[in-house]
This record gives sequence, structure tokens and C-alpha cells, in this order.
Amino acid sequence: MALQAEIHKKLGRFSLDMAFEAEDETLALLGASGCGKSMTLRCIAGVEKPDSGRIVLDGAVLYDSARGIDLKPQQRRVGLMFQHYALFPNMTVLQNVMCGTRRGGRGRVQKDKAMRALDSMGIADLAARLPRQLSGGQQQRTALARMLVSDPAVLLLDEPFSALDSHLRFRMEEEMRKVIRQFGKTVLLVSHDRDEVYRLADRVAIVKDGRVDRLDTRAAVFADPGSRTACALTGCKNISSIRPLDGERVFAVDWGVPLKLSPGPGVDALGLRMHAICPGEGENTFRCRVCDVIENPFSFTVMLRPLEAPDDSVPIGWETEKDLWRGMMAEEVTVHFPDSALLRLKG
Amino acid sequence: MDLYPLWNSLRIAGISTVIIFFAGVPAAYYIAKAPRAVKGILDVILTLPLVLPPTVVGYLLLRALGPRRPVGAFFLEHFGLRLTMTWWSAVFATAVVIFPLMYRTCRGAFESFDESLAACGKTLGLSGAYIFWRIRMPCCRPGILAGTVLAFARALGEYGATSMIAGYTPGRTATISTTVYQLWRTNDDALAFRWVMVNIAISFAVLLVVNLMEKREKRR
Repeated sequence: MALQAEIHKKLGRFSLDMAFEAEDETLALLGASGCGKSMTLRCIAGVEKPDSGRIVLDGAVLYDSARGIDLKPQQRRVGLMFQHYALFPNMTVLQNVMCGTRRGGRGRVQKDKAMRALDSMGIADLAARLPRQLSGGQQQRTALARMLVSDPAVLLLDEPFSALDSHLRFRMEEEMRKVIRQFGKTVLLVSHDRDEVYRLADRVAIVKDGRVDRLDTRAAVFADPGSRTACALTGCKNISSIRPLDGERVFAVDWGVPLKLSPGPGVDALGLRMHAICPGEGENTFRCRVCDVIENPFSFTVMLRPLEAPDDSVPIGWETEKDLWRGMMAEEVTVHFPDSALLRLKG
Repeated sequence: MDLYPLWNSLRIAGISTVIIFFAGVPAAYYIAKAPRAVKGILDVILTLPLVLPPTVVGYLLLRALGPRRPVGAFFLEHFGLRLTMTWWSAVFATAVVIFPLMYRTCRGAFESFDESLAACGKTLGLSGAYIFWRIRMPCCRPGILAGTVLAFARALGEYGATSMIAGYTPGRTATISTTVYQLWRTNDDALAFRWVMVNIAISFAVLLVVNLMEKREKRR
């Protein structure tokens, strides 16, 4: 089963032009805020109307501007989980979930179905509570139960963990993984958190300015992001434009140093992940001055500027283990950038 | 002490509040949803009675409803009905003056409603009617109630427009506020003071109810 979406929508000066397909898998839409990810989900769910395009779910046409088809959200069998869960504040947890049992059904059957859903989320004992009496995690479980009980053919998750405290996120992510596995159909996950995306998604679509910039398996996207946007969104902090010097060397403009590598056609920038820098000598070795040291809970980020680079060049961040750095603690260090660590980027 | 003014004030305020409830809530609902340009113009027109002096409202009403004016003459001719100088004439004046209070408070409630709740209801398969009656209205209920109580409180205190359109006839059109003025004018200070106390007691009770409701709303 699959979801095909092609959505065009103008919003002031911003224009959304999304096109992608997803099978029975988790596809993450990874992008900065305001890039149109959430709007895409809302269009698929039918609570926003595209200007044109076509949305097909499991062979059923939900929206097709050319044929004048635009199903109501009630007819789409699309489960959309809102960023802040959108629990109905005037209803108890049980009543909220019963709203998912189609047309606000009230009978015995619906109640049993809703109770089973609460039970499977481990919140049966909260059935009589009101949403404002719940913790963030409990609110999310309620929203999940309510969505799942409506028997959707696709799940759309809009920044599912952004409203949670960080200590809750990991646990809810674990539960979400379970829910996704049991659901077994198409899941679209909107997020700007690369860790979350990597842990939950099979494939990743990088979204930039309302367009899919890159769509591939998560391994491929993270190993070879391809563009500056994708590189930054996958968490790479060191990015520099390049200019060719001669056949074998390029000049890294932001870092202010020449590098020995063959960039490949069209490549105009390089990415270098902070943990991929190696101490000692090797390919592209530089003696660097330590500009700053930032202590993280379990690592150090050491900001380096090669000695040969000008003073206004952008320092390069190097993430090292705490013990390794404590052993060095120098004002100058020698590091090298392995060729495989230099990500070739276009545009 | 003749309690007619109390009874008359309460029924005028009660009837005009009921009328304004059914006019103000739908007006607020549709204007909250209206496109910006329409909203701006209608909002000014509907709020005008709030800032106009009540005597101006009274004057405009007399121009329409007076026995020799278009609407008043029509009713007099066809139904033998005088629209001014009866106890229920005051309902016209009061209704116009309290309408903006009802309308604005409700509009605020409708505008602060989280639209993602309605959108979410749709994706769950809930009908438009269910979303309106079981989700939107309950969420906006505290604001609608507050508007109703405020409108009622203001209606009890209406003087300017009422005295112009209904006048002061003891036992017929006298309300608390017109009675207080009349007693003061005729130097019956003791009785005027008693009516003032009655008025303060009612207003106090009404405002207490508003505050309690606001507190309940905050706890939601």
C-alpha cells in the first residue's frame, strides 16, 4: 500500500511544491521550521486545501485538482497527530478516544473499543481524567490512542515530541517505535530533529523552502547529504564553500585553507562532521590553534583554526572524547581530515 | 416601598438579554470567521452603541420609532400599537445598548478557540454539527456566559436611552435607575438611598458571578 502526494499551494510569497511517494514505511520530512512540512501533512489530511496537485492513498484518490476530486477529511482515513495533540479540553480521556471511534459514536461497542485502545497505551486508569490533568507523555498517549482507534490508513505525525520535556522524549520515542511497528502501514513523520528522524525513519526527505531537496534511505542521506541544506539538517556543523585551485587541490573559502581532494563535478561546498576529524597526521593534516573549548556532558567541542588560515576564517569544530582531550589540553594541536569524512555538497 | 421599579427593571433586562443572546452569539460567530475587510466594517457598526452616549442612541431610536416617524407610524396605523412610552419600549433601548457587550465578549471567545481542535475532529471523522455543538460551543461557553451576565448587568443600569424612549411613569415605565433620578429630583433622599442600595446589591451579585466564572475558566 502506498501514499502518493503532489501538492502545490501558494501562501503569500511562500510556495509549497511537494512531491513524494511512500510505501509501508516510515518516511521523515526533515526541514527547518517554516519550510512547509506541517502544511504538507494538513493538505494530506484534508484540513487545508492545496491550489493544485494530486493525493492518492492506497489507490483511492483523496484529492485531484485536474478531476475536481477533494474528499472531506472525514472520508480520508488519515490519522493526523497535531504538535500539541489537540485533545478536546471539555472531554475526559475516554470521551476523547471515543471521538475516534467514528462519528462520535457513543454506544457500548465504542466504549469497549476505546477502553481497549487506552489499555494498549497503558493509560486505562486515566480514563476519567480531563486533558489538563495529564502529563505531556500521558497527553501524547491519549492522542495516539484516539488516532489509532479511528482505524487510519496512514499516520501523519507533526513534530510528535516537540511539546515534551527532554527526559520524556526518549521514552515516548520508544513507545512511538512500538506503535509504528504494530501499525505496519505508511507513517509520515515531520521533524527538525535529526536524531529522532534517524532513529524512527526508514527514508528521509529533506525539505527546503517548500520543496523536497533530497529523498533517500536514512543511511544514504546521512552518509552523503548532497546539498548544504541537507548537510546542515543532518547535524553537520562544519560547512565551507570551495573554489578549485588546480587539478588535485581546492581552497576551502570559509576555513581559509587549501585541501587536497578531487571534488567531482558541480561540487561547490564541503561538509565535515565534528566527530570525523582525527587527531595526528594523515590526509590533509593541519597544525591548528585552539580558539575555544566547549564542554558538553560527555564530550568536548574544540574550536580549531589552522595556523595558515587568516584570523577572520571560520573556526572548525572538533568533537572529542573527554579523556582524549584531557590528555592533550594543548594550545596547538595537529589534526587531519580523512578524505572519506569530507562530504561533497552541491548548492 | 413600591417594588414595581425592581420588577420592571428585571423584566426589561431579562427580555433584552434573551433577545441579545440570540442575536449576539451568531453575529459574533460569523464575524469571527469573516474575511478581514468585512470584519473591520461590521465590527465598527456593531460596536458603535458601546461608545455612543445613551442619549444619542435614544434620539436615534425615537427618530425611528416615534409615533410620527416611519416605523412608529407604521405600527400605529396597522396594529394600533404605540412603540414608545410603554414599559416594553425600554427593551428596544436596552437591547441596542447591551448588544456590543454580548457581541464583543463572544467574539473574543470564538476567536481564541483553537482551530486545530476542529481540524482534528474532522480527521477523526466527526461531523460538522458534532464539532460545533460538542467541542466548539463547550470550549467557548465561559466567554458566552460572561458576555451574557455582563450584558444583563449593563441592562439593569440602562438610563439614558430608556428615559428618552419610555419616559418615567410611576407604576408603568419606572425602572430602578429612572426612579432614583426622579426621587432625587423631588428631594426624597431616604427612598432614593434605598433604591441605590438595591441597585448596588444586584450589581455586586452579578459581578461576583462573572468573577467566579472567570476563575473557573482559568482552571480549565
